[in-house]
Amino acid sequence: MFDSLSTKLDYAIKSLKGEGKITEINVATTVKEIRRALVDADVNYKVAKSVTDKIKDEALGQDVLIAVKPGQLMVKIVADELTNLMGGTKVDINLTGEPAVVLVAGLQGSGKTTFSGKLGYLLKKQNRNVLLVACDIYRPAAIDQLKVLGEQAGVEVYAEPENRNAVEIARNAIAYAKEQRKKVVIVDTAGRLAIDEQMMREIAEVKKAIQPTETLFVVDSMTGQDAVNTAKAFNERLNFDGVVLTKLDGDSRGGAALSIRTVVEKPIKYIGTGEKLDAIDVFHPDRMAQRILGMGDVISLVERA
Amino acid sequence: EKTNTNFFNKLGKAMVGRSKVDEEVLDELENVLVSSDVGVDTTVKIIDAIEKRVARDLYLNATELDKILKEEIARLLNATQPDTAQGYDLPKVNGPYVILVVGVNGVGKTTTIGKLAAQFKKSGKKVILGAADTFRAAAVDQLKLWGERTGVPVVSHGMNTDPASVAFDAVKQGVEQGADVILIDTAGRLHNKVNLMNELAKIKRVMQKYIPEAPHEVMLVLDGSTGQNAMIQAKEFMRVTEVNALAITKLDGTAKGGVVIGISDQLSIPVKYIGVGEKVDDLQVFNKYEFVDSLFKKN
Ligand SMILES: Nc1nc2c(ncn2[C@@H]2O[C@H](COP(=O)(O)OP(=O)(O)OP(=O)(O)O)[C@@H](O)[C@H]2O)c(=O)[nH]1
Ligand SMILES: Nc1nc2c(ncn2[C@@H]2O[C@H](COP(=O)(O)OP(=O)(O)OP(=O)(O)O)[C@@H](O)[C@H]2O)c(=O)[nH]1
Ligand SMILES: [Mg+2]
Ligand SMILES: [Mg+2]
Repeated sequence: MFDSLSTKLDYAIKSLKGEGKITEINVATTVKEIRRALVDADVNYKVAKSVTDKIKDEALGQDVLIAVKPGQLMVKIVADELTNLMGGTKVDINLTGEPAVVLVAGLQGSGKTTFSGKLGYLLKKQNRNVLLVACDIYRPAAIDQLKVLGEQAGVEVYAEPENRNAVEIARNAIAYAKEQRKKVVIVDTAGRLAIDEQMMREIAEVKKAIQPTETLFVVDSMTGQDAVNTAKAFNERLNFDGVVLTKLDGDSRGGAALSIRTVVEKPIKYIGTGEKLDAIDVFHPDRMAQRILGMGDVISLVERA
Repeated sequence: EKTNTNFFNKLGKAMVGRSKVDEEVLDELENVLVSSDVGVDTTVKIIDAIEKRVARDLYLNATELDKILKEEIARLLNATQPDTAQGYDLPKVNGPYVILVVGVNGVGKTTTIGKLAAQFKKSGKKVILGAADTFRAAAVDQLKLWGERTGVPVVSHGMNTDPASVAFDAVKQGVEQGADVILIDTAGRLHNKVNLMNELAKIKRVMQKYIPEAPHEVMLVLDGSTGQNAMIQAKEFMRVTEVNALAITKLDGTAKGGVVIGISDQLSIPVKYIGVGEKVDDLQVFNKYEFVDSLFKKN
């Protein structure tokens, strides 16, 4: 896509040059191409619009129009801007507290249970005494799934298979963790839609009951335009601390990352890169920006030009 | 439900008696489509079609425009292929009708199978499920619970066994027990993982040793909240398994699933079912007019 975008931009900008004067109107084509490329990468269309409006001013200031490969230079400007928007400074997970409590929330099938297992495994390897808590009382075999992952990770799993009250299970689990002198408690919850009032109330109550030090919103990197609505709604209810972006081992552009980041202004703390327990990584804004634009190593390309 | 009437009024007013559509109106239409995940290419295609119709028919009011717009979009959505199941009726085949269910991780394959099992059973068919996801933690347990819930037997060899041999066994037992329909659950797999995609081809081949025409249907399950990647998913799964039916899940949320318009148009795969919840009855036969209507409904 990078190639096709920069070629399109080359073309659009070249046709501008002929006109001699840069006006709002003749920049419009260029901006439109960029906006469409972002939307095709699943960046929310409103976010794409505000991003391109900003880029327009930037680009005009930089004499893109007299560059040899204006398209590539333009794409680099876009990539830099996206990197910026996705948060320059890295924010770590907060594990203070006795025990530290991590609440994991998100839509159905986004990868919460798998991520809970991965985080448990990661922290266990750092010699922390971890407890996984099964608060999904709805999905068939959700408890079994977490138990299997806990076993693979070598982390204890707390569950109450007969209890139909997620808030109670969470509260009991914290009491148990204190008793057992656990250092970190990771609470896996059921998938829920942001418009499901009853389920949103449940997770808000779970949060209130256990006062987590870290609430994480798990989102599938393949999510489209709706990502902003969902992230906003979860954030309004939970005021989460960070985002986990899953399934990045696929080939989605992951524009949702940019949308969420700009709309809720919460850092992306982890990424999921596979189904296995060790397929977890920290987030790199620059790589994500390049991924969204579908480019390889743009910097060197620009330098060669 | 609040229909986005505002949009059509605005659109209509701006266009009555004109032979050209206002740039502003087109931008608005583009926004509605793009925000439903229709994608740029398909959106441009739809807008072009509207522009042509307007140039030809002139004097459009809001109602006419509404109608034309929906017609143009619905036209891109492929009709059901006659050789696959219509609704919950199944075409007559030699022996059981075999449905292989595929898709990327977490889209709702297992849940959709549970729901379909219930519907097929309700319409008087004998159903058997095959637990060929032997990889994801507790996947077999999950399908077994759906089997219990719907009163349908599940063929399984347990976790970490060969999925192809589970599929073979499910087909064999289905034939022996005189089943009408066999649904095979598979592990979620990302379409860019070559080994996992080849495994699907193998599952297919192995079943064909028992029933040469099987699977009669390869159903690709897509998550309704997925963006443009769904198009690539469809293309890649199509390549290895000749997908001939789609199910779109999670349309009970605020996502619109618009990417399916381009998929249906470009790849000619009909959408058969939509998932609208997590419960056993939360499955509907796809209706393209209702689907198009939903694109223009405000959340
Ligand atoms: N390829 C890949 N698959 C993943 C990743 N994370 C999770 N998955 C898979 O995605 C599917 C759903 O993951 P789960 O952890 O069950 O998702 P969940 O959010 O707990 O789902 P619910 O509890 O039903 O809402 C499973 O098949 C996982 O193996 C990832 O980073 N990469
Ligand atoms: N809201 C809603 N949730 C759904 C729908 N269909 C499935 N789900 C939920 O999505 C999650 C994943 O569903 P599964 O059926 O396990 O998905 P899968 O494709 O089999 O997942 P893997 O086998 O891990 O790849 C579960 O929490 C389901 O309850 C639907 O139509 N609407
Ligand atoms: Mg889960
Ligand atoms: Mg499954």
